[in-house]
Amino acid sequence: MFDITPEEWTAIELSLRVAVVATLVSTPIGIAVAWLLARRDFWGKALLDAVVHLPLVLPPVVTGYLLLLSFGRKGPIGGFLDHYLGIVFSFRWTGAALACGVMSFPLLVRPMRLSIEAIDRRLEQAAGTLGATPWQVFLTVTLPLALPGIVAGMIMGFAKALGEFGATITFVSNIPGETQTISSAIYSLIQTPEGDMPALRLVIISAVMAIGALIASEFFARRALRRVHGL
Amino acid sequence: MLSIDVTKQLGELKLEAAFQSDSRVTGLFGPSGAGKSSIINMIAGLSKPDRGNITIGNEAVDDTTKGLHVPPYRRRIGYVFQDARLFPHRNVAQNLDYGRRMNRLAPDAAHLQHILALLDIGHLLMRRPGQLSGGERQRVALGRALLSKPRLLLLDEPLGSLDQDRKAEILPYLERLRDEENIPMVYVSHDPDETRRLAGHVVMLKRGRIVAQGGPEVLPP
Repeated sequence: MFDITPEEWTAIELSLRVAVVATLVSTPIGIAVAWLLARRDFWGKALLDAVVHLPLVLPPVVTGYLLLLSFGRKGPIGGFLDHYLGIVFSFRWTGAALACGVMSFPLLVRPMRLSIEAIDRRLEQAAGTLGATPWQVFLTVTLPLALPGIVAGMIMGFAKALGEFGATITFVSNIPGETQTISSAIYSLIQTPEGDMPALRLVIISAVMAIGALIASEFFARRALRRVHGL
Repeated sequence: MLSIDVTKQLGELKLEAAFQSDSRVTGLFGPSGAGKSSIINMIAGLSKPDRGNITIGNEAVDDTTKGLHVPPYRRRIGYVFQDARLFPHRNVAQNLDYGRRMNRLAPDAAHLQHILALLDIGHLLMRRPGQLSGGERQRVALGRALLSKPRLLLLDEPLGSLDQDRKAEILPYLERLRDEENIPMVYVSHDPDETRRLAGHVVMLKRGRIVAQGGPEVLPP
């Protein structure tokens, strides 16, 4: 039962790489977006909020197709990146990371936004009167107090990225060793005769990883509460 | 020298206040809603006057005719809030050190020891704000403001959230502060006894206007 084949290891390793890269690249953008949504009023805020949540409500195949149109080699953004920076997304693992990053973004941003909204703004004012510039206030008060929420968001995003399927397979297909993640490997296996057992193995592995991420996220959410109460 | 001449619309209330003070402690006295906190927040730079100017020492920090507004972090003021506002994620020692670090001042062990002794907070250094009593919290907030070496200390009802016994516990510290430290203070209160004990110059406010000012004798009995 637990003789994991090299192909399966490749899929697991690729899934982890894709999810880690997607999460690490999304995190700074997610913190910035969460801060903007929590703390600023600006023209187009409702639009930004909607765009962030779009991957949650659109069919994943639509998101994947939109990525293909814009980030594919012939797409406006993909063409530009390929031509000037030599960065290619289509049919590469980097494209899978992009698709996972986009799909997991709403889940990553939400706990970050909530934890920033929960911070008492009067603490930031107090820091200002003690000589902290707005940037120092962000680094020494806002960010540390939001940190458990930021970590919880990263874990939620990571769990989502690990399991992403629809947008990834639409955008970068299902190429073993390049874009075949656990999800697409399971999909291939259950279409194959005799594939049930290996598929079940991967199902268990992905379930264990997802549950682990949820438990870790819950742990950090609890720490967030304690921290904000100064205990 | 503190000099203020400001107007600001606060919802229904129009705040108009002009006064100067050389006193060690200037008391802003009046019922709640009179505009005291709005004035102290303008002195701190946390809010802007609609029109007018504010001068601390001989530096203009607000002048609407010149479009001048110095942000709070460049005013070198200390502010003690009614609700202390200690940083919950830092212990007492780190809270006390915060202003020094932000202002890039050199460590000053003698000054630190002096303030710890003055306020009796040396035994609290390793505690978290959540583990302090209301009175201890206010003393730490005072220490935190003083250790940033401000040129003006603003106190907005620092005893407002404490019961009678705790007030009696903190008042002597404030008197020591006034008599031993060379930092002018602005003290906001709606309590005539407190104001009488501390302030040398009293500015009495009612519904956004100054109705009397002068020595402590202008206070109601």
